[in-house]
Amino acid sequence: MSIRTEPMTINIGPQHPSTHGVFRLRVTFDGEDIIEAEPILGYLHRGTEKLAEERNYVQIVTLTDRLDYTASMTNNQAYCLAVEKLLEVEAPLRAKYLRTMTAELQRIASHLIAVGFFLQELGTFGGTPLMYAFRARERILDMFEMLCGARITLSYMRPGGVFWDPPSEFWSSLDEFLKEFPSDLAEMEDLLLNNEILMVRTREVSPLSAEEAINNSVSGPVLRASGVKMDLRVMDPYDAYSMVDFDVPIGSIGDNYDRFWVRMQEVRQSLRIIEQCVDQIEPGDYRLDLPKVLRAPEGTESYGKVEAPKGELGFYLFSDGGISPYRMKIRSPSLINLSVIDRLLVGWKLADMIVSLGSIDINMGEVDR
Amino acid sequence: MYGIEMVKGLLVTLKNFSKKPVTIQYPEQRVSQHPRFRGEEFSWYEERCTGCASCAKYCPLGIIEIVTDPSDTAVKQGDKYKLEKFDIQLFRCMFCGLCVEACPYDALFMGSGFEEGKYTRNDMIITIDDLRNSPKNPSTWYRPQLEAKNYDPRSGQQLSWKEVGRESWNWHKTEKAGMRITPDPKQD
Repeated sequence: MSIRTEPMTINIGPQHPSTHGVFRLRVTFDGEDIIEAEPILGYLHRGTEKLAEERNYVQIVTLTDRLDYTASMTNNQAYCLAVEKLLEVEAPLRAKYLRTMTAELQRIASHLIAVGFFLQELGTFGGTPLMYAFRARERILDMFEMLCGARITLSYMRPGGVFWDPPSEFWSSLDEFLKEFPSDLAEMEDLLLNNEILMVRTREVSPLSAEEAINNSVSGPVLRASGVKMDLRVMDPYDAYSMVDFDVPIGSIGDNYDRFWVRMQEVRQSLRIIEQCVDQIEPGDYRLDLPKVLRAPEGTESYGKVEAPKGELGFYLFSDGGISPYRMKIRSPSLINLSVIDRLLVGWKLADMIVSLGSIDINMGEVDR
Repeated sequence: MYGIEMVKGLLVTLKNFSKKPVTIQYPEQRVSQHPRFRGEEFSWYEERCTGCASCAKYCPLGIIEIVTDPSDTAVKQGDKYKLEKFDIQLFRCMFCGLCVEACPYDALFMGSGFEEGKYTRNDMIITIDDLRNSPKNPSTWYRPQLEAKNYDPRSGQQLSWKEVGRESWNWHKTEKAGMRITPDPKQD
């Protein structure tokens, strides 16, 4: 006896607790198998690119905080690098080290969120790993509050450096963090990396081949998990990355486990970078003496890019000689990484859907801008 | 193999069971902010303010409204305008602190609180009288002279306008009009 079945379409989101923001996914199922997945974007569109056209170059820093709100530091950094390229100036050496350090701290915080929510979506009971991740992240946010008076919307960096030197209490708490965090991380690694339930659920689920990843312009941990050694910190070093030594962890087949594994390894590498920066940093200027209202020559353009926690984040600026850019285009990693979502989902089961979505680590603030 | 993982997981639970909790029960227990915390209740020093409206121009949202009256007194070199209106629409403020960064005379400071709730939007507009009467617990954000004194806004100690300036800042030497603070002759 055969049962007559029909494909069923289900909407996930826009208000769904597991979609990482206001994200809508229209999925068509045949029984439990996904046969079609279509992401629908635009629920968090705030017009950042347009708003930037009527603000001056320093004011736009506050807009960049709100793109990827789990990684404000790297957003600030990418934008400030773009403006510095436009004005053809270079930040002082101390500012470069401070930027590198804070960006790596932010990378740890962002990866902890990514890993924590990835495990939450696997159904870890009561969100225990999520709370372990948040416990460590809380210390980083506390340091950011010492540094610039805010935890999420930081606005720490300015074109030409950082807004001010860190206070003395920042250095002592950073030392304490570098001493205590590795053991917390080891506890998480010990608990998770070889966990059998996690392996069974994520190994060889939703693999993304290197060829497919490159063809879709995917970047960041998602690309590195597919086995492509592509990291802007190594390939096109900005700020102080050319002066520090670190490895780029790469995965093998780009399944959910590899994406999770790459993030866990990157946290270790970030700690290495911060330790080297603390050793190498020297007293000096932290900000160039630029005018309050910046003006770039007419017709100049620049593209500043960094390796944000989610991938390559770029700001393209075009100046018409005024006090604000004529056009600001944001190349956001989350949007482009999200474009492979249908390749990851189609052919897999309903139970893996949210896990695969969580493994790309999208942030809707950045997707819709 | 499954059993070993279970034991491992339970051991971590047991280890954390004996630790002190990291969560804080907010209304009863409080975390103290750091001195640079960018909070509400802007600290504004009328004696220092010249009504130049740099803060209003630099605000990314344009929520500061300043009206000055030049006709009230004859504006001489070194004198200042009479301030009639200094409104900050607090409900639209994102506490980026750029107004504080723009102020050349150290007249405006970020506050240190975060627990202000009002019933109407009109109450959330800080007027010039509110700014005059508000407690002066300035945040040390972008004000290194307060950090040098190890000032902590959460200690409750209020600062007068004479204690908050940075006399040796370059702008004070170059700027002429509206200057209220005499530069230190030793610096030149």
